[in-house]
Amino acid sequence: MSSNPNDTKYVAVPGPGMIPERDKDKRPVLEASHLGIDFGGLTAVDEFNIAIGATEIGGLIGPNGAGKTTVFNLLTKVYQPTRGVIMLDGKDTHGMNTTQANQAGIARTFQNIRLFDKLTVEENVKIGLHSSIGYHLPSAVLRLPRYWREEKKAHERALELLDIFDMADMADVRSSSLPYGAQRRLEIVRALATGPKILLLDEPAAGMNPSETEELMNNIRKIRDTFNIAVLLIEHDMNLVMGICENIIVLNFGKIIAKGNPKTIQNDPKVIEAYLGSQDGE
Amino acid sequence: MGNKIKILGKTNKNSLMGFINYGIIILFFVVITIVKQAGALTNALSGQLIPICAYIVMALSLNLVVGISGELSLGHAGFMSVGAFSGVIVSGAMNYGGVTNGAIRLIVAMIVGAILAGIAGVVIGIPVLRLRGDYLAIVTLAFGEIIKNVLNCLYVGVDKAGLHFSVTDEAHMDMSAEGVTLVRGPMGAVGVVKASTFLAGIILILLTLFVIQNLVNSRTGRAIMAIRDNRIAAEATGINVTKYKMIAFVTSAVIAGSAGALYGLNFSTIVPKKFDFNTSILILVFVVLGGIGNLTGSIIAAALLTVLPEIFRPFQDYRMLVYAIVLILVMIATNNERLRAFWKRIGHIFRKKGGELNEQ
Repeated sequence: MSSNPNDTKYVAVPGPGMIPERDKDKRPVLEASHLGIDFGGLTAVDEFNIAIGATEIGGLIGPNGAGKTTVFNLLTKVYQPTRGVIMLDGKDTHGMNTTQANQAGIARTFQNIRLFDKLTVEENVKIGLHSSIGYHLPSAVLRLPRYWREEKKAHERALELLDIFDMADMADVRSSSLPYGAQRRLEIVRALATGPKILLLDEPAAGMNPSETEELMNNIRKIRDTFNIAVLLIEHDMNLVMGICENIIVLNFGKIIAKGNPKTIQNDPKVIEAYLGSQDGE
Repeated sequence: MGNKIKILGKTNKNSLMGFINYGIIILFFVVITIVKQAGALTNALSGQLIPICAYIVMALSLNLVVGISGELSLGHAGFMSVGAFSGVIVSGAMNYGGVTNGAIRLIVAMIVGAILAGIAGVVIGIPVLRLRGDYLAIVTLAFGEIIKNVLNCLYVGVDKAGLHFSVTDEAHMDMSAEGVTLVRGPMGAVGVVKASTFLAGIILILLTLFVIQNLVNSRTGRAIMAIRDNRIAAEATGINVTKYKMIAFVTSAVIAGSAGALYGLNFSTIVPKKFDFNTSILILVFVVLGGIGNLTGSIIAAALLTVLPEIFRPFQDYRMLVYAIVLILVMIATNNERLRAFWKRIGHIFRKKGGELNEQ
């Protein structure tokens, strides 16, 4: 896969948008059309359309308060949309709750980190592995061989996943005592453990220094390539966004103002205006 | 390699804590038995042995709700009450029917008490555990009171035709003349043929520890704790919140029901008023004093706080005062930064020693 996001060729698909040419034989992992939500009389997001290819890395950017996290909350069914349809891997998510949406293949991280504080790093990952651990309460209480076998498997899998971010040696540390950057990485590992088809990252590079951000970029690519999944990320760090996102959606006041590859977005007058204000504004 | 050692150390630590709890209970049993054989056990204390066991089980089961699942239950005595009365009724009916063996009656009574308390737990849990917030505390508080008042006007008798129930008075039970009244409204269960033994109490505690500890160290336990730590993240990680809260709550109710049966079959009479709000709070105090989420602490707190009032009977008037002071002191002690740092240092020393042991 090309490392320069500007080189990705796009093809139109029936529905709300374009997906990378390499994904054209698989169905888009996530499609949202005419998505919108009102809070009371306030329209927070309106006419949001997106299509994400099976192995695409997409970006969602916009000024503060543009509604980016609201879009994430809509896609993961934390909020039920007022209008529009969300198709996850070809399935309509209408009526699903957050738990069901995750089981259907969408996993996320949070802008304000949400780890299971009192549990260890390994336990946090094992909670992500929850549905892939194959025993039930009776075999756990009676400690049947099945329990030991599945727990051993889960333990090995958890360490394997932690290894992506070189965190296997922190497995026994309480998650709340991890440094900030490691907490963000642990959230990603936990989300990956649920076996998603698409991973939503809400400001993954927040609070990271340039070298950590560089490493994160490589890791996001590595995740996409090894797990063959799609990634959609919200980020303010433009180096990261322009460096890895093949398709970028710019949101302002709840509406999409621009869409395209990094080069198009950088030169789009509407985007420049949204970020810097218009020249004849005053 | 270093990695492996650390992981082994951790598993050891987890199961070690479990074995310590079993050890404490077995030691308790052995010491009490020896003291009893030597004839050094006072009457007052020997009468407290089974209640101590019942309260330890109650504290452990409430800890599952409060400490592990992070919900507040203010009506745990209600489940105990359900277990106690259904246990006493079943045992009474069996006794009437000719089953005089105490052990069999106790086991059946515990099972029936556990099932009925479990059903009560499901009935409460289904609507309440779907909500966010502290509704469980309010509803369980109401449940405790409702159960108390229902039992206050419940009359149960047994004759050749089977069990007879009434909610008005004894005459309305339509019982034949040779029948026996088992529960007499506000007077409670009367003429209970005792069946509980200290050994049965100890076995129940061990069984409770076994269930709770194995539950906590499993995928189910992790899911329950995940919901406690961060509900939104748990949902986003694919955990079915209502289901796992239900598992914790109903398991706790089932255990409380069997503890109730043990408690009920230890006295010749038992009144519904015994299981009021004060008892629920008493059990909560065991959990808070012992440390929320700390099973060993619950055991010790429940045992001490059941025995101490007996020992300090001469100062009975000041009991609640001392209680309040102790609670405040514990809260100060556990929230004091310096004390916390002190405990942490001690923990570090122990962990270092443990680490060295593992290296060898």
